Amino acid sequence: MVEKTITVGVNGMSYTRTVEPRMLLSDFLRQELTLTGTHVGCEHGVCGACTVLLDGRSVRSCLTLAVQVDGSEIETIEGQGEIDRLGRVQEAFRQHHGLQCGFCTPGFIMAVTDLLRHHPLESDEQIREALSGNICRCTGYENIVNAVRELARERGPLT
Amino acid sequence: MTDHQHPAELRPKMVGTRVKRTEDPRLLAGMGQYVDDMSPAGTLHVALRRSDQPHARILKIDVGEAFSVPGVVAIYDISDIEGEIKPAIPTSRLPGYYATPNWPLARGKVRYVGEPVVAVVAESRYAAEDALEHINIQYDPLPFAIRQVDAVKDDAPLLHEEAGTNTIIRREFKRGDVDAAFEEAAVIVKGRFRMTRKTAVAMENRSYLAEWDGRKQSLTLHTSSGSPGIIRDVLSSCLDLPGTRLRVVAPDVGGSFGAKGSLYPEEMLVCVLARKLKRPVKFISDRLEDLSATSQAFDELIEAELAVTSNGMLIGLKADVIGDVGAYSIYPWTAALETVQVVSFLPGPYRMEHYRGRIRGVLTPKPPTGPYRGVGRPSSTFAMERLVEMAARELNMDPVEFRRKNLVRAEEFPYRTASGIIWDKSAFQECLEGACEKADYAALVRQRDAARREGRWVGIGLASYAELTGIGSRISVAPGMPINTGTETSKIEIDATGAITASFGISSHGQGLETTLAQVIVDELGCKLEDIQVRHGDSALVPMSSGTYASRSAVLGGGAATLAARVVKGKVLRAAAFLMEQNVDDLDIRDGIIASRQSNLTMTLKEVASAVYTQMGRIPREQREDLTASETYDPYLGTACSSTHLAMVEIDPETYGVEIRRYVVAEDCGKIINPMIVDGQVHGAVAQGIGAALLEEIIHDDNGQAVAASLADYLVPVAGTVPNISIVHIEADLPNNVGGFRGMGEGGTIGAPAAIANAVSDALAHLGVSVETLPITPERIFQLLRDKALAGQPIQTPT
Repeated sequence: MVEKTITVGVNGMSYTRTVEPRMLLSDFLRQELTLTGTHVGCEHGVCGACTVLLDGRSVRSCLTLAVQVDGSEIETIEGQGEIDRLGRVQEAFRQHHGLQCGFCTPGFIMAVTDLLRHHPLESDEQIREALSGNICRCTGYENIVNAVRELARERGPLT
Repeated sequence: MTDHQHPAELRPKMVGTRVKRTEDPRLLAGMGQYVDDMSPAGTLHVALRRSDQPHARILKIDVGEAFSVPGVVAIYDISDIEGEIKPAIPTSRLPGYYATPNWPLARGKVRYVGEPVVAVVAESRYAAEDALEHINIQYDPLPFAIRQVDAVKDDAPLLHEEAGTNTIIRREFKRGDVDAAFEEAAVIVKGRFRMTRKTAVAMENRSYLAEWDGRKQSLTLHTSSGSPGIIRDVLSSCLDLPGTRLRVVAPDVGGSFGAKGSLYPEEMLVCVLARKLKRPVKFISDRLEDLSATSQAFDELIEAELAVTSNGMLIGLKADVIGDVGAYSIYPWTAALETVQVVSFLPGPYRMEHYRGRIRGVLTPKPPTGPYRGVGRPSSTFAMERLVEMAARELNMDPVEFRRKNLVRAEEFPYRTASGIIWDKSAFQECLEGACEKADYAALVRQRDAARREGRWVGIGLASYAELTGIGSRISVAPGMPINTGTETSKIEIDATGAITASFGISSHGQGLETTLAQVIVDELGCKLEDIQVRHGDSALVPMSSGTYASRSAVLGGGAATLAARVVKGKVLRAAAFLMEQNVDDLDIRDGIIASRQSNLTMTLKEVASAVYTQMGRIPREQREDLTASETYDPYLGTACSSTHLAMVEIDPETYGVEIRRYVVAEDCGKIINPMIVDGQVHGAVAQGIGAALLEEIIHDDNGQAVAASLADYLVPVAGTVPNISIVHIEADLPNNVGGFRGMGEGGTIGAPAAIANAVSDALAHLGVSVETLPITPERIFQLLRDKALAGQPIQTPT
């Protein structure tokens, strides 16, 4: 397999690596860049655990090839806050107990980050619909919805 | 009066407080460490060729050009490793039981689609999977019976010839004269109930990494297990390594729900291979492997009948159950765990004098069943609660009033059930009332009736149940499984810096035990939350490590923590009394500060620790005690956790989709350590129960092939399918255990399927159909209605 050299911005840092064309973006982040905060739950694009932002919009990193993101900017969970200085979305999840085992959490945080930028999130029904691309097996979603409702209220209407 | 002068009982307590979880920051920051996040230098990756046959003899394995793939290191079948590991034998004391030997790879035969046969070891998972493509396995297909009704027959093809039968579990519970009770009954209702096969779908797939340390000749297994201590003990025997040379660690674990609490072939495999190849060996399941080789649950066929008097008193219950246990008896729980609990818990929280419940557990060529949140009780509660509502309907009684008459009353505890389970005093009646009050049951009934007049299909359903949690040695010994689940150890150590380490044998995988056990210790020891580090999930921490399962960790871990903290506190106060020249009875400790009631003197825990450990001479040798304690707690019996769930659903008459309009849970889990976490457990368990009620189903076709290959086939609830859940906590008399806690992590999964089945049945009652199989998918509703229509009954609008 002919390897390809790519340059990708991840959380504001630029990385150049040579990879097989078939390498998944999720494997690239986890194995090549050792950014293991992005989790892999199904490898077929259903569960959303591997969600990252690609040029500002959420994508499944398990359905994206690393070579596809050559020249792009990726945001992952590692860029959202520090363990002692959580980002606002992370803090809201903690406040509302929107996580239990934490495995799906990075995907949710990234998806919600995108939703807050682009989605009206005006009612619980809209919030639940918007979150339906991510599976959580622990929380029953109610506390995640509570966290997102609070974040949407803070944000106000989309302009 | 300063704060520390308050009498102890008036002080604010950590237990009962909504404390934010200490494990959250690392998980939220993407700094959690799950097994697949670890990649020691030189790690090799395993990919498995799995059986595509339900039952076949392995004739020949041809690896072809597999070694030509760059990066391939080794390819093994069982013959290459069987001399280096012994099989795990899931023993049981049950008469007539057969313990299937459990090997890391199929040996001689394959017995289900998905069983691992050949292991490819390579420098990367990509290379290992490439090599799999080259491997060809020749099988001689053998006859099989894929359905339990066939597998149970005397002439059915045998899956394990050594057993001489497929029926490896037989158990019967009897009390009273059930036949006489049925003769006297005014009303008899019956059904053929089935919760189809499901699986847990933890978001983290099963993950294992074994490291061989050549210098110490020792092995460390990092595993996504919920029971690392149990895994250490069995692997010690399989691999012939003492505990000093075998350590099993569960780091951050992405959910289990019971399914990660058993020993798996791949777990054995990575250990053998790491020792053989002297390199770290990793296996990470993908989702297809999870759906086809992680333990599954339910799949009992329950034929049950209930006898009731004309005034609505339950007098007799009969059940004949065939459990489909899959191809192997799982270690250590055995195939008896789920199956026997279906019949032992069937009478539920009701008075029931006359009972006969029989279970046969049969081997079928499917993945093994194993523990899943609720174990047995989701199915037993579904069957019993359907019968209860069917009987109430037959007698034209309100189902709430019907339950009120039959639930064990406060003055009747302790109540011995027909199968011998002892219910200690728990809020059976109060939960029923609490759920109805919270939901405003009378108003809900009016709403339902009004909706029906508009032609809408709306129904209300309840489910009351009790579960036995936090079991001690007396109960744990009964099944004769090769493990002790009845005790738990806590080791608390204050070090020379005044920092506190609390070590446990339990293993948290989402329950937040690092936080809740620390809360318990804060109250008992009088230290600060931030000074405690709770360690768990590592077989090296305490002599008898175990894990987290069976709603035990708050009760047993919390109990052990309480006992150990009390001992350590005594040592701290004795040292401080000497140092402060005070009477020990006048001292107390709070927030890490020791104060005297008789003076203004104070000392910090840190100062006391420093004096004890580093300032020789301050405390005389004979009075000096290490500030440590290790205490083991055994609650001996168990404690009942009880609940009533209430659901209102509406069914779309065109799509047959079921929408949950209202959901209420009233539950008695004893003293609540952290209400935020308890509510989270209820939400999550109910969501899984909703999955079992409406969506989740593992289907094997007549050829033995698993039909669900992805999460697009095996549907789990998403945010849009789960409603908000109203929760009522009822704290009746506290149980007679050290902390006053009852286990509660499983309950939602037990109550929700039954409550939803009852609500759907109520919504469809005017059409003359009744839910006896879950999940009740739109297709099943369609089939029920079509069968009715074919039988000549036109569909009517509700009345």
